[in-house]
Amino acid sequence: MKKKLAVWKFSSCDGCQLSLLDCEDELLTLADQLELAYFLEASSRVQPGPYDLSLVEGSISTPHEERAIQEIRSQSKFLVSIGACATSGGIQALRNFADVRDFLSVVYARPDYIETLDKVSPISQHVKVDFELRGCPINKRQLLEVANAFLNRRRPNIPNHSLCMECKRRGLVCVTVAHGTPCLGPVTQAGCGALCPAYNRGCYGCFGPMETPNTAALAQRLKDHGMSSQEISRVFRTFNAEAPAFKEESLRHEE
Amino acid sequence: MKNSSKRVIEVKALARVEGEGALHVTLKDDEIVALRFQIFEPPRFFEAFLQGRSYNEVPDITARICGICPVAYQMSSVHALEQAFGLKLGENYAQLRRLLYCGEWIESHALHILMLHAPDFFGLSSVLELNQRFPQVVEQGLRLKKAGNALVTVVGGREVHPINVRVGGFYRAPERKELRELIPSLKEARNIAREVLDWVADFPFPELEIDYEFVSLKDPREYPMNRGRLVSNKGIDICADEFTTVFEERQVEHSNALHCLRRDTGGSYQVGPLARFNLCFEQLPASLQKIAAERGFTPPCNNPFKSIIARALETLYACQEALRIIDSYQRPDRPHLEPDIKVGSGSWFTEAPRGILFHSYDVDENGLIKRAEIVPPTSQNQARMEDDLRRLIPTLLHLPIEEMRARCEQAIRNYDPCISCATHFLRLDIERL
Repeated sequence: MKKKLAVWKFSSCDGCQLSLLDCEDELLTLADQLELAYFLEASSRVQPGPYDLSLVEGSISTPHEERAIQEIRSQSKFLVSIGACATSGGIQALRNFADVRDFLSVVYARPDYIETLDKVSPISQHVKVDFELRGCPINKRQLLEVANAFLNRRRPNIPNHSLCMECKRRGLVCVTVAHGTPCLGPVTQAGCGALCPAYNRGCYGCFGPMETPNTAALAQRLKDHGMSSQEISRVFRTFNAEAPAFKEESLRHEE
Repeated sequence: MKNSSKRVIEVKALARVEGEGALHVTLKDDEIVALRFQIFEPPRFFEAFLQGRSYNEVPDITARICGICPVAYQMSSVHALEQAFGLKLGENYAQLRRLLYCGEWIESHALHILMLHAPDFFGLSSVLELNQRFPQVVEQGLRLKKAGNALVTVVGGREVHPINVRVGGFYRAPERKELRELIPSLKEARNIAREVLDWVADFPFPELEIDYEFVSLKDPREYPMNRGRLVSNKGIDICADEFTTVFEERQVEHSNALHCLRRDTGGSYQVGPLARFNLCFEQLPASLQKIAAERGFTPPCNNPFKSIIARALETLYACQEALRIIDSYQRPDRPHLEPDIKVGSGSWFTEAPRGILFHSYDVDENGLIKRAEIVPPTSQNQARMEDDLRRLIPTLLHLPIEEMRARCEQAIRNYDPCISCATHFLRLDIERL
């Protein structure tokens, strides 16, 4: 019998689950191997749980989401959080550094109609997560690797070293050394294929911190390149702002 | 007293849309007493956390509003900020941005036509079921989508949240050779798009004619993407700076998305492919006008279900246009021009696949954002979707409740609602009292 796949959405932009539909060459093959039992963006046919594999996109930002993730965990044998929102809170976690009531009044005339939590949190803060796939957005090759590993009952082969390794392997010239361009490559987990350096720009950290990153040393280097404390704080505070290593470094430079 | 019937339809969450939403309809003796299209996609507060960020972070941050149409967010933001700094770019930059937008139109339209909307016309639940019935169409449609994604990847760096767009141009302008390598897949895509157009033009369309106010950009030189004045078939003709004097966003209790309406009449309006088709048909190349006319598809078209034909026609156009741009591509000498940072305000709108996307910013002397305002297409179409349902539901009362519900969902999907964007959600209940 085919294993049942469910795809869930919390606070997010839909880009990570779209990555599944963007696997144009593999989608039909994948659907032969896994039954799409719950994937609202793609199908209005919904099957009841339990599910063998749940992919969870998005972060927890409302009281409703806090409750829903518990139910989803109880219905899922193997749960993978996908993307920066699910693994570290995502961009909406920027509210964690401010007062959400101030934010509400910037966007909405009647903030009292809106139900939202003061702090945004990753999935792992609420339930046990069996694997975390990083990226803003995730890389679709890595997503297929996760699905493949699940089907073959092995651990996904997803490296957690820095972007620099990927960059060197591509034979790219270091944008920091050669051009003095600020780059988060030395502290960011690989996975995108060193895209930004390939386009002559510094990495801006979509995949979040690598394993044991030396953010303090990088921050010093950024300072040497003439960046202000405020700017250094901002570069660590984007799509993975709530990831502990990036959070601490951004707070250190906050004025 | 007439027998009052009570029937309840409930859909917990609307499928095949981007994001989360619901519809609640209450009928009493076949009269609609309440109709609410709800967006429960959680609010994410982009306009608030853009404050204090640097201008050069804006295209990367606003892209994250929507994984389906990140290019649109990048395009509206960089144009608005260039306006604020008084930076004018040459035609070669304009053409390269148009090329990137063509890629997004192709992949987004192919996604919607094939995976989200077409199944409705055959009572099917997904592209996988569609694949059982039309395997060749699905296989080809996926190649069409892939060609659009390949274009976005080469020009933008990746399909979702491209990394190559910046204020003043690009981080790296693609080489002519890189673009030329896309020609075979785009030529194949053009042929497929033509077959998709033939396929959707013969769909069984429900009868519904509505006297719409269509709103789109219009530019005498070209079918609109990044530039033009904002026009309607009911008298609007404005530039971006005037947007908020003509339209206003209103908050309603049942939705996390703001409704955008005409300030003077409070009326709803439609943006997107059908609006562009109706207002800018003569900007399409003569060959495409002829192809559309041969399928009996010429303006005015006031049947919202036929938006899928407009979307297919635009997909074909975007393939052709991409090939034209690549053919005449001149790589800019410098990938970007450096803006002169100063205090200023700038507003711009571009044509996202789903319609007008308005951005407006105030910038301080250090290039930091003081104020940001973003009006996405789905928040503009939201009131119109509710109005369409008010017109549609009375024609469906003879149908079993399941069919009513399916038709209502299909009518919402006419707009390709991108709910992630609009939030600032879809569940469908129809309740009969």
